[in-house]
Amino acid sequence: MFEAAQQAYVNTYKGIAPDLPGGSVPWVRRVRDSGLSRFREIGFPTPGDEDWKYTNVRPIAKQSFAPALNGHNGIDFTQIEILKDNRLGSCRCVFVNGHFAPRLSNLDQLPRGVAVMSLSDALNHRADELENELGRCVPNKLHGFAALNTAFLADGAYIRVGPDCDLECPIELVYVSTGDGDQPQVSYPRNLAILDSGSRAVIMERYLSLGQGRYLTNAVTEIVARTSAQVDYYKLQEESTDAFHVGGLFVNQHRDSTVTTNNIAIGGAIARTDLHVTLNDVGARSNLNGLYIGMGRQHIDNHTQVDHRAASCTSSEFYKGVLSGRSRAVFHGRVVVHQDAQKTDAQQQNNNLLLSRDAEIDTKPQLEIYADDVKCSHGATIGQLDPNSIFYLQSRGIDETTARGLLTYAFANDVINRFAIESIRNELEHHLTRTLLHGKHVEAQA
Amino acid sequence: MGTPANDIDRLVKREYKEGFVTDIDSETLPPGLDESVVRFISEKKSEPEFMLEWRLKAYRHWLTLTEPQWAHVHYEPIDYQAISYFSAPKDKDGLNSLDEVDPKLLETYEKLGIPLEEQKVLAGVAVDAVFDSVSVKTTFREKLAEVGVIFCSISDALHEYPDLVKRYLGSVVPAGDNFYAALNSAVFSDGSFVYIPKDVRCPMELSTYFRINAMNTGQFERTLIVADEGSYVSYLEGCTAPMRDENQLHAAVVELIAMEGAQIKYSTVQNWYPGDEHGRGGIYNFVTKRGACRGRNSKISWTQVETGSAITWKYPSVLLEGDDSVGEFYSVALTNNWQQADTGTKMVHIGRNTTSTIISKGISAGHGQNAYRGLVKVLNKADKARNYSQCDSLLLGDRCGAHTFPYMEVKNPTAQVEHEATTSKISDDQLFYCRQRGLSEEDAVSMIVNGFCKEVFKELPMEFAVEAQKLLEISLEGAVG
Repeated sequence: MFEAAQQAYVNTYKGIAPDLPGGSVPWVRRVRDSGLSRFREIGFPTPGDEDWKYTNVRPIAKQSFAPALNGHNGIDFTQIEILKDNRLGSCRCVFVNGHFAPRLSNLDQLPRGVAVMSLSDALNHRADELENELGRCVPNKLHGFAALNTAFLADGAYIRVGPDCDLECPIELVYVSTGDGDQPQVSYPRNLAILDSGSRAVIMERYLSLGQGRYLTNAVTEIVARTSAQVDYYKLQEESTDAFHVGGLFVNQHRDSTVTTNNIAIGGAIARTDLHVTLNDVGARSNLNGLYIGMGRQHIDNHTQVDHRAASCTSSEFYKGVLSGRSRAVFHGRVVVHQDAQKTDAQQQNNNLLLSRDAEIDTKPQLEIYADDVKCSHGATIGQLDPNSIFYLQSRGIDETTARGLLTYAFANDVINRFAIESIRNELEHHLTRTLLHGKHVEAQA
Repeated sequence: MGTPANDIDRLVKREYKEGFVTDIDSETLPPGLDESVVRFISEKKSEPEFMLEWRLKAYRHWLTLTEPQWAHVHYEPIDYQAISYFSAPKDKDGLNSLDEVDPKLLETYEKLGIPLEEQKVLAGVAVDAVFDSVSVKTTFREKLAEVGVIFCSISDALHEYPDLVKRYLGSVVPAGDNFYAALNSAVFSDGSFVYIPKDVRCPMELSTYFRINAMNTGQFERTLIVADEGSYVSYLEGCTAPMRDENQLHAAVVELIAMEGAQIKYSTVQNWYPGDEHGRGGIYNFVTKRGACRGRNSKISWTQVETGSAITWKYPSVLLEGDDSVGEFYSVALTNNWQQADTGTKMVHIGRNTTSTIISKGISAGHGQNAYRGLVKVLNKADKARNYSQCDSLLLGDRCGAHTFPYMEVKNPTAQVEHEATTSKISDDQLFYCRQRGLSEEDAVSMIVNGFCKEVFKELPMEFAVEAQKLLEISLEGAVG
């Protein structure tokens, strides 16, 4: 399947690989080559692959996407609301079509011991430092999209938080896609964050679109949390409903580290996120929060996997989904407790609200357990708003549409409430208010 | 006080008590499978022409299929040409009463604890016993016939009620449904057929006992149960096999059809030979079971206790076609030593107001791997569909595995689907509580395990519940430490 399209990527690679950042560094070339050969071997996933059973990538695979060029002239960045003011007070890296845009970024407030730079700079100037880190968190046998990202990795963010650094201001990575150009474009954001022992940081990734054009974002983020490091990570994907988004987030956790991932998927025609967390040493703790809201003809797929490879680790997963219109969502949550990972505590919860006749949800929580002294559970529900609750609100004089909006908002807000950073919580609550309380969502149901 | 070491010793020494071989004269086809084997089986049973066509079609389709690989089980590839597809005790023709059955056969069934004679009188259970490939004797046929219930071997049914069989056979599990079902359709040699007429409540529990005896044979039986409008039937199935070092294949198909207002309760206690403590031998139990709730208010309930087989691959399913129909699945699956199980159910909600309940209890011990795999599918038109699933796993030992793979596909906004799963071991607190009440460790574990399975056992008919409980105790003996 898709041989021609796959060959096109291989040809493009041959054309541009030598000119990519770090192209003269042997190990960087090796990493890219291995990505490409892996892609040649496995190609794009098909519905025959168990992990892609419910997500058909044909619309992405059949299209030929050209690598997005580093040119963002003539774009009025005042259009981008998020860039107008910095409510989070963050250190900000802005990328346009996957390329670092220094003029839009703001990296002045960084304290000592913290490095935030574009990956292209890091590959050109600090390649030695990255050699044993880049690509280490990405599972070998993952799908063709991740392999393609590795083959074409060029830009993104490199974040290094030194030992015992407590970074107060959030690090914000903003990926803006213009969706213009004669041909649909693809960008390959690649982020690497290393948190040395005892450090602490908040990292937020945003993906947004300027126009309505069709394009593909194929992103990979790796996070390494060393001993006792604490990371609060947010991903807000709100690209246009014409865009395709395939993202991978890979987290390696060491002793006593805590990583909380908060994953919000609102945008995209087809949006897929793979989240793999590996708990490598005792006492590691992982929280996975997620919210997906599908409307229209959106297809949102969240795949999560937590590997308990060491004893006494904890994971707690909480994903919620709201679906209306003809949207479809897929949730796949896999928890693997490996042999001898005793005293594991793994909890998982997935709740879905199905609001319209033509929406669909496919959920697949999975537990794979090879140790005996464990506490593991998962729960999944699919349902609709409680008629009694609607009636209650109506009996208080609230009209049905508003009542539904309120209840939907409350359902989704459960996830947002878990976010530790107040400013981020506030921003997302505004977002929810717009989409769920006053937005199209409610009208579609009524 | 039993120390763990002693317990494990005892477990190793425990023998599969149904593991004897009956030395009986049997007619067995040489190993291998081609069209002539299919023709032979059909001819041997003097089947009507349509059956041969049906079998051949299934066989040809089977050739195009590949073995499914998605299950969470691992085994050496099966050589389908090394299996004999027909084996029957000789001299079966013209049996009128149990007295004429080969006494050795009867002895076998007695050893297994299903005295055909005795059961006639005491339990009032009608038994259809399938030995290797053919049905040996169906007891109580006459008595059932009085109320119009047909209970006979499927070979007899093909002669006596060809229209009924033709109408329903393959209507739930089509001949080409999956790899094993297609193989079964091509070579099935016997099985049971049940028809309950309109508004009849079957006066007794019906039961089948399956036994694999001969070496290198596969057993492919086919069960078809049709419950006409307003009827009720409870059906039990039990299975055993001798101990052998080779793996033997058992690929059965069970089809249930419930018309408007009908109820079918299907209970299985599966105790095929599980292999020895090193994982040698044992039955590969690759079974397709499916029921269709065709009419309004119909109900199909599967209850299974799976303690045997080296590998179990089985998903008793219900197609909820009629409005207000109900599907139930209650399961206890136990894997000890090197046993592997990938079992669960499929509930497909097609009609309105359909309800399904899934209660699955998995127990893993030794190196056993136990997986629940289930699908709940709510189609677009299935308004107000309701499902509740609960899958609990109990781990005894640190080298076993318990896995849960539920799939939920919902296309209707009025559906309520809930799934819950937990995995844990017996807590020290629970054990301590029992111990300080004077129970031995073994008894305490047994009691806790029984409590864990209670929800399922209470769905079994009385005699079966007792048997299941005992079976679990034996299978688990010493697995605790």
